[in-house]
Amino acid sequence: MERSLNRSALGAAGRRQHDRQRSWFVSAILVLVPNLFFSPVASADSPPPPTSGDAIVVGSIGDASRLLPILATDSASGDIVGLLFNGLLKYNERLEIVGDLAESWTVSEDGLTFTFHLRPNVRWHDGAAVTARDVEFTYRKLIDPNVRTPYSSSYELVQSLDVLDDHTVRIRYKEPFAPALESWMMGVIPKHLLEGQDLNTTPFLRKPVGHGPYTFVRWKTGELIELKANPDYFEHRPYIDRYLYRIIPDEATLFLELLTQGVDLSSLTPLQYRRQTNSPFMQRAYHKFRYPSFGFTYLGYNLQDERFKDIRVRQAINRAIDKQALIEGVLYGLGAIATGPYPKESWGYDPSIVPTPYDPRAAKALLAEAGWSDHDGDGWLDRNGQRFQFTILTNQGNEVRRQVAELIQQQLKAVGIDVKIRTVEWSTFVHEFIDKRRFEAVLLGWSLSRDPDLYDLFHSSKTKEGEYNFVGYANPDVDRLLLEGRRTFDHEQRVRIYHDVHRHLYEDQPYTFLFVSDALPMLSSRFRNVVPTPIGIGYNFIDWYAPRSEQRYHAVMQQ
Amino acid sequence: MTRYLLQQVLHRGPVLLLITVISFGIMHLAPGKPTDAATQFNPKVSLEARQRMEQLYGLDQPLPRQYAHWMGRLVRFDFGRSFLDDRPVTEKILERLPITLTINLWSLLLILGIAIPLGVLSAVRPNGLFDRLTTVLVFIGYSAPSFWVALLCMAWFGVTLHWLPISGIHSLDYESFGMIHRWLDTGWHLILPVGIAAFTSVAGMSRYMRSSMVDVLRQDYIRTARAKGVSERRVLFHHGLRNGLLPVITILGLSLPDLIGGSVIAETIFSIPGMGRLFYEAVMARDYPVVMALVTIGAVLTMIGNFLADAGYAVADPRIRVESRA
Repeated sequence: MERSLNRSALGAAGRRQHDRQRSWFVSAILVLVPNLFFSPVASADSPPPPTSGDAIVVGSIGDASRLLPILATDSASGDIVGLLFNGLLKYNERLEIVGDLAESWTVSEDGLTFTFHLRPNVRWHDGAAVTARDVEFTYRKLIDPNVRTPYSSSYELVQSLDVLDDHTVRIRYKEPFAPALESWMMGVIPKHLLEGQDLNTTPFLRKPVGHGPYTFVRWKTGELIELKANPDYFEHRPYIDRYLYRIIPDEATLFLELLTQGVDLSSLTPLQYRRQTNSPFMQRAYHKFRYPSFGFTYLGYNLQDERFKDIRVRQAINRAIDKQALIEGVLYGLGAIATGPYPKESWGYDPSIVPTPYDPRAAKALLAEAGWSDHDGDGWLDRNGQRFQFTILTNQGNEVRRQVAELIQQQLKAVGIDVKIRTVEWSTFVHEFIDKRRFEAVLLGWSLSRDPDLYDLFHSSKTKEGEYNFVGYANPDVDRLLLEGRRTFDHEQRVRIYHDVHRHLYEDQPYTFLFVSDALPMLSSRFRNVVPTPIGIGYNFIDWYAPRSEQRYHAVMQQ
Repeated sequence: MTRYLLQQVLHRGPVLLLITVISFGIMHLAPGKPTDAATQFNPKVSLEARQRMEQLYGLDQPLPRQYAHWMGRLVRFDFGRSFLDDRPVTEKILERLPITLTINLWSLLLILGIAIPLGVLSAVRPNGLFDRLTTVLVFIGYSAPSFWVALLCMAWFGVTLHWLPISGIHSLDYESFGMIHRWLDTGWHLILPVGIAAFTSVAGMSRYMRSSMVDVLRQDYIRTARAKGVSERRVLFHHGLRNGLLPVITILGLSLPDLIGGSVIAETIFSIPGMGRLFYEAVMARDYPVVMALVTIGAVLTMIGNFLADAGYAVADPRIRVESRA
């Protein structure tokens, strides 16, 4: 009786919040007392225990659009949704797949059945329990043809999803599909709040209720999104009380805000990282981080083009481009030479592949072998009276790519290839040139997921208009490996498969892989427990804290 | 008067229709679709999923039908829903209108407050020292790119002196402030944006004021007033200014649509979520419903502004009234 009264009076969530806060408070005092006496020793040996409080102000160029995982497509929506919702699985800091909402999971021998066991104690921010029904609901909505989600294709191979009990889901696949594990990192959405609603237009999109480490407070369009720590979060309450996502659409303004500590976390351009953030104040107030991003910049060839069909020509261009010079000149050294589609941190990356050294002479020899040499003595290579001239097409508005194209132009001039550069507005670029194969070479970049599956980029079947093997690469061995990689769950085997894919791609050079640029976040130095790892710095965000004496935002949380 | 109004509506209705047809056509001629940002160049999104998205937004329909749909909603005063976040377009506009109106009204007041006295004083002795000095200053202001002046001011007042906030329109703890504190906070954030917006427009307005005053001060009745011993102050601000203001008032009428149209550049630099950014972002994302709504509202306001200017002339000048009847 007392129990039910309590529930109705405070609400289940309210009561548990209260308990949790109190017990946390007690433990904080217990740790703090000895620290008062032995603080010099303690601080020298072990870091002080985390203190909660403060707020982190994150600067973002763009605003979010829909705060629902299955509809979030822009990076701002993704940032916020990631703090409000969890998936069944996640990547840990070593890029291994581990359970998130799922306490454990199994994959059947044949790879056709996944069984997820959910944590029993996870609650929505309104107090309701997170159950297998929510997972089922999320899946139903992902494949619902009336829901405007672009992510449906990742779930096409699912044959059935069965709820075995409140905390167990079994998913059967039509065929084994290893990258599917990654698709269960999709944030789980609440059935009890969204059932029967039109997900495309529900008010929930602007007032989400999740179960993640932070709860939604307010969203002022184009200005600010505010979240606060969820005291009930199943791992532990995040130490930073408030998360303020400020929308600052101008890069110069964002930088001025950094100069006055109006923003605590923002990513830098290579120029800012190297040259503009070295004042004593900036050194003191911020920590800069640097780790490879999951993506690469490449020069892709139209393999229908007679000249680029010849593998010797592609290999020659690979030798004639000085990638280190590109990295130094354009990225101020903040990047690494790419030998394939994976950064060094990925397990798909084959470390035994050595980048072919920059060697214009060898390039010239290879080109001569392919029939390209300077017959008429005008300084340009030619064959059958035709000068070797091609156009690098790239999209407008990307300063890095424009500069890279210019450097390549110079470097290829040195071996006698006449390069023209054309920049085109993005939509035109995609619809009129890429989709219709009206290009000779393109300078582009891919940012990819952590799973090394590259079926969509390099399988010979993916060459229809609007698909992504637009260079027209076809290698039966790679086709076979890519299929095998999708059907294999054994990690060691997959490592071997993708190392092979990597090697084939480097030998075949359908792209000349140029570089992997570094992600360059800058974070206020008052936050502790921040450790850069292959997956970045954000993976342990709930463990970040600011020592009491350095906290900047003392204002109490609302409610 | 009723007949006159009716005439105006009949005249201008087809023009408005034509404007919407042309804008609709141009917007759809631009390459790219609203669904591109979410689906394009993402290997995780299959071709089929992309086509399904286009269908859900009705983008696979022929253009005339899409236009008819849009028109059908418009006559019921429904601008539809944004493709970007599926919110009603009206809601998105209303959310951003107040801040843009506030900035524009304040900067308009500031412009008039500076430009009118400046213009009048320059007109007292045309080509005198004061006139030349203000001409030079005003043209420096006119020629300086506003974004550059804005960045300089932000760096100076914000970073070096710490007097003013750099960007945004509210402090982070705005929600916890009391009423008066909120007003002050917003005002404090608006000093730079309003100041910069006014800075570049003072030039034009003060030149209008000056030339119109120079004309007026040459009139016979001004000489008469001076001759009968009216004080110079009264001649300028009572007899002269009244007539000299007429062209300025016309310009104000014509700038009615500008009141709701924010400046993209200023709003982006100062991180202000106003109408300019709404329009710009909608165009970049090919968010047709938002673009069309803003174009239509802009066209209607321009027409109302023209109409008001015409009507204002008619009221002020009997000769125009006579001619328009003939």
